[in-house]
Amino acid sequence: MHLTFYVASAIAVLSTIMVITRYNLIHALLYLVVSFLAISIVFFVLGAPFVAALEIIVYAGAIVVLIIFVIMMLNLKAEAVEQEREWLTRKIFIGPALLSVVLLAELAYMILQSRTTDFNAPMLDAKAVGLSLYGPYVIGVELSGILLMAGIVGAYHLGRQKKKVVHRFLESTEE
Amino acid sequence: METVPVESGLLLAGVLFMLGLISVLIRRNIIFMLISVEIMLNAAGLAFIVAGSRWAQADGQVMFIFILTMAAAEVSVGLALILQIYHQLKTLDGDMASKMKG
Repeated sequence: MHLTFYVASAIAVLSTIMVITRYNLIHALLYLVVSFLAISIVFFVLGAPFVAALEIIVYAGAIVVLIIFVIMMLNLKAEAVEQEREWLTRKIFIGPALLSVVLLAELAYMILQSRTTDFNAPMLDAKAVGLSLYGPYVIGVELSGILLMAGIVGAYHLGRQKKKVVHRFLESTEE
Repeated sequence: METVPVESGLLLAGVLFMLGLISVLIRRNIIFMLISVEIMLNAAGLAFIVAGSRWAQADGQVMFIFILTMAAAEVSVGLALILQIYHQLKTLDGDMASKMKG
């Protein structure tokens, strides 16, 4: 139990570091899938098997595949990797990374200062989550429905290509 | 059976959130920025799961499902925006999209 948690956390952190340092977009996405799978194992160890399955299905499945489809539509060439290598220099990297590490150190200090408690490792199955989701949190479910509806309409409206209306006689004279 | 201290779960969430924050600060490619936002959302969900597991309540998992819904809606709208930007500007540079027009 102990060891599984720490190994999965180490894999999650290492693969996330690989995600943020890759130049090639597809390589970064593959490491992102590994990171999501590791976090899913962490969820399973913490006693949340339903959420672990959701993490794999929705994050590692749906969202990553959606991003891959968009990359395929954009049809990026080898120049994109070169440009990324040009953009991500050490000079740009070092400032934000140092400041963020300082913030993380403060957070870790505050977390570790408090009294240590252990998980009592309860197994919360899908039934408990469903009873809570459709009991006291039913208004949240309805709001999520509205949010998804707005997401669908927004994605359709933004993703629509403007049709170029050219008369066919005008087009033929141009040629 | 030995158990895991709560602090280690919260620290993992903090480290993952920091990595996403660094990436969203240093990248200029807007697809990489979108991926970083996904990493940060996932880290926030992990903190909710840790808290829900600590108090043996299902509320943490319910909150994670809401975060999941929000992330799915966000990534679909964000990718549609990226496609529009790429068609208009012919580049994925986030700095090029700094001017509004009409």
